Amino acid sequence: MSTARRPSGRSRQWTSDRLLVWTLRGCGVLTGAVVALIAVFLVVESFGALSGVGLLRFFSDPSWHPSAGAAEGTFNLVPMLLGTLLTAAGAVLVATPLGLFSALFCRVYAPTAVARPYRRLIELLAGIPSVVYGFWGLVVLVPLIARFRPPGASLLAGVLILALMILPTIALAADAALSGVPRRYLRGAAALGLGRWATLSGVALPAARSGIATGVILAAGRALGETMAVLMVCGNVVEMPASVFDPVRTLTANIALEMAYAVGDHRSALFVSGLFLLVLVSGLVLAAESIERRKVVG
Amino acid sequence: MKNAHPLVQTEALGLHYGRKPAFLDVSLAVPRGAITAVIGPSGCGKSSFLACINRLSDLLPRCRVEGSVRIGETEVFDPGTDVVALRRRVGMIFQKPNPFPLSIRRNLELPLKEHGMRGRAERDAVIERTLTDVGLWQEVHDRLDASALGLSGGQQQRLCLARALALEPEVVLLDEPCSALDPISSGVVEDLIVSLRGRYTVVVVTHNLAQARRIADRVAFFWVQDGAGRLIEEGEADQVFGDPRDELTAAYVGGARG
Amino acid sequence: MVDHEMWGSTPARGRTDRLVAAVVWLAATVVTAVFLWILADLLRHGAGQISWTFLTAAPASAGRAGGIGPILVSTAWILAVCLAVALPLGLGTAVLLAELTSAEDAFGRLVRRSLDVLAGVPSIVFGLFGNALFCVYLGLGFSILSGGLTLACMVLPILIRSAEEGLRAVPDEYRLGGAALGLSRGKILLHLLLPAAVPGLIVGVVLGFGRAIAETAALIFTSGYVDRMPGSVHDSGRALSIHIYDLGVNIPGGETNAYATALVLVAILLLTNTAASLLGDRLRGRHAES
Ligand SMILES: Nc1ncnc2c1ncn2[C@@H]1O[C@H](COP(=O)(O)OP(=O)(O)O)[C@@H](O)[C@H]1O
Ligand SMILES: [Mg+2]
Repeated sequence: MSTARRPSGRSRQWTSDRLLVWTLRGCGVLTGAVVALIAVFLVVESFGALSGVGLLRFFSDPSWHPSAGAAEGTFNLVPMLLGTLLTAAGAVLVATPLGLFSALFCRVYAPTAVARPYRRLIELLAGIPSVVYGFWGLVVLVPLIARFRPPGASLLAGVLILALMILPTIALAADAALSGVPRRYLRGAAALGLGRWATLSGVALPAARSGIATGVILAAGRALGETMAVLMVCGNVVEMPASVFDPVRTLTANIALEMAYAVGDHRSALFVSGLFLLVLVSGLVLAAESIERRKVVG
Repeated sequence: MKNAHPLVQTEALGLHYGRKPAFLDVSLAVPRGAITAVIGPSGCGKSSFLACINRLSDLLPRCRVEGSVRIGETEVFDPGTDVVALRRRVGMIFQKPNPFPLSIRRNLELPLKEHGMRGRAERDAVIERTLTDVGLWQEVHDRLDASALGLSGGQQQRLCLARALALEPEVVLLDEPCSALDPISSGVVEDLIVSLRGRYTVVVVTHNLAQARRIADRVAFFWVQDGAGRLIEEGEADQVFGDPRDELTAAYVGGARG
Repeated sequence: MVDHEMWGSTPARGRTDRLVAAVVWLAATVVTAVFLWILADLLRHGAGQISWTFLTAAPASAGRAGGIGPILVSTAWILAVCLAVALPLGLGTAVLLAELTSAEDAFGRLVRRSLDVLAGVPSIVFGLFGNALFCVYLGLGFSILSGGLTLACMVLPILIRSAEEGLRAVPDEYRLGGAALGLSRGKILLHLLLPAAVPGLIVGVVLGFGRAIAETAALIFTSGYVDRMPGSVHDSGRALSIHIYDLGVNIPGGETNAYATALVLVAILLLTNTAASLLGDRLRGRHAES
């Protein structure tokens, strides 16, 4: 190796490293910009309806008939908002105990030979596409419910299918949180002669609380944002449900159903509902994050 | 050996991790071609000191350096200094052997290529010569394309040394090169370090006072005072071990403390 | 990992313990039963339908008859566009976050936070966004390109998270050792860090692929419904998931082919997942030797 080669090598490396760093920064900027772009486009597209119709009328108009435009049409999103909240809340209520028990099953109750395949099964459940859940709900679950209480396509069907879909999120988060419980806590409980459930409810679950809560919140976000499954099983009638057997339409289903032909203020109103969703879900994500952070600090 | 021609010279050198100083105010002249041993209890900043000489400190998180290091005419911490060229002049061996998860040949080839050696035949010659220098050629010449991770710890450390020597550095830094090795490999590596005398300027950190006594021409003794490592005493090995000026040194080399 | 060494020492006794155990077992049984029920339904109604002809033929009679050839092709195109865009972008960002920004770095924190939000954005919102940006604003119309680009935005967080984890798992020795030999950052990255991070990268690609191929809502009004064989990425193309939706909801008598298509989709997901976890294990095993 001759020393004469060094200077040329030096400037080449120097520039290529600079180039690399700037390329990577560019990637970071572009990636970070996606969220901003989404927000910007939703706001810009919503602008027509927000200024023409006004935010208030989305809650106070008598009904949802938006295709006539801002002046003649009506823009009440409340039934859809309610549909979204009810399906999501129901799903979380059903899935949280099931997910939690699933995690306890894997981590505590099942013998290793059963726990391993069960965890794999939960992972597989997480990977099944929502459209497959929706389709199965449509051809199996909805007719089943219809046998007891027609029409079958209902809030209940939506809740059950959504619960199935978000269960893995909760189960896997709870499983991870339980595995993070320091063993000295458990040893301490054992030293006190506590029974299994006493140890779980008194020591392990409280210690895993924040991890489980994060999982539940993220699952709620998924449920709020889910489209295909609820679109296929909820009946999509724009009305306030009187019971769990009544059909509902969620915000997401509403967008999916009407986007194809919506124009003008109608299209813009759909973007407003997208904006609602984005705000709701981002709020949940940030809440989950702050729980995580508090755990790290506290 | 007189310290007439220092190759590496530090001036009021200090290093902080965040607010916490690792070592402070170290002014040390390292003579050309000699073996300088840095001794002292663990945590007194020996590794951090070495990291300043090849500016590996750039990679340490939240780390800040003050003072200066000069190698020959090069001001190490000058913003205009080419770090890549600097690190080529200053080889480094770590406590835990760190061959890359590549073949033995690739381990040597990668830095050679990076530093502009394009010819295959030229590279192969260098590889054979440096592996021979570290006594590894006989052991591995028939499996140069096998993973370096399959070598024993001692062999891995010698490979790392070969990898550094292949770049023909002027200075070789060794951070406790034997402490992760079994006694036999440790002896082999120690003999190798001795064989570097004269051809390279060697700075070796060691915990092993007997080893320092055996191999060092000069010794620098670090100790923690007021929460930061300091250079307590530095001089010819015979003097530091036989007639230490500082009582901390006397206690340490006498085995009374540390 | 199951904690039996730990929990084995905790005695199960008394009526409460037995009751809770019964409830936990019941819950696990219910979940397993429902999963098997779905799987059995898919197999029972779909498996008989699947043949080479089904996989290659064009749909006939609005999908009631015929196969899913063009739909598979469209799906593959959409995924190819998605990964071709998301992979380099995601890898670049992951390297930036893992190697070039510290925990305190404001820019890194901002990017990370926005990725967390992005991961939670509902797919229908991606659909709205993709329609507004790619189809309308950039004038790409309903096309494979629009759909693929929309999905690329969607899978970025998954890709980046896995790739970043993979990079963080690479021991610091390689970085320090490489730098001490005077290797440039680019070389260290290319020759040492990325190869060692391959298991993480593979996991990321598979997860991203899975999320993309399962996606429906984001595609309805970006890549569209057209079930003909696409001629180029500027044509509209119907993805597998959309085909299932359309057959299930809009086409009376489409159930059988919907079942078969769903089975194909689930099989693809299972295969890639299994292959990836096997491959990941092997690669990890190789690295663990050191
Ligand atoms: N990366 C680091 N971040 C923070 N503190 C460090 C780091 N590395 C070393 N230190 C601290 O700096 C001091 C000197 O460490 P080091 O240079 O490794 O000493 P030695 O090599 O003599 O054992 C120690 O107190 C150590 O805890
Ligand atoms: Mg050290």
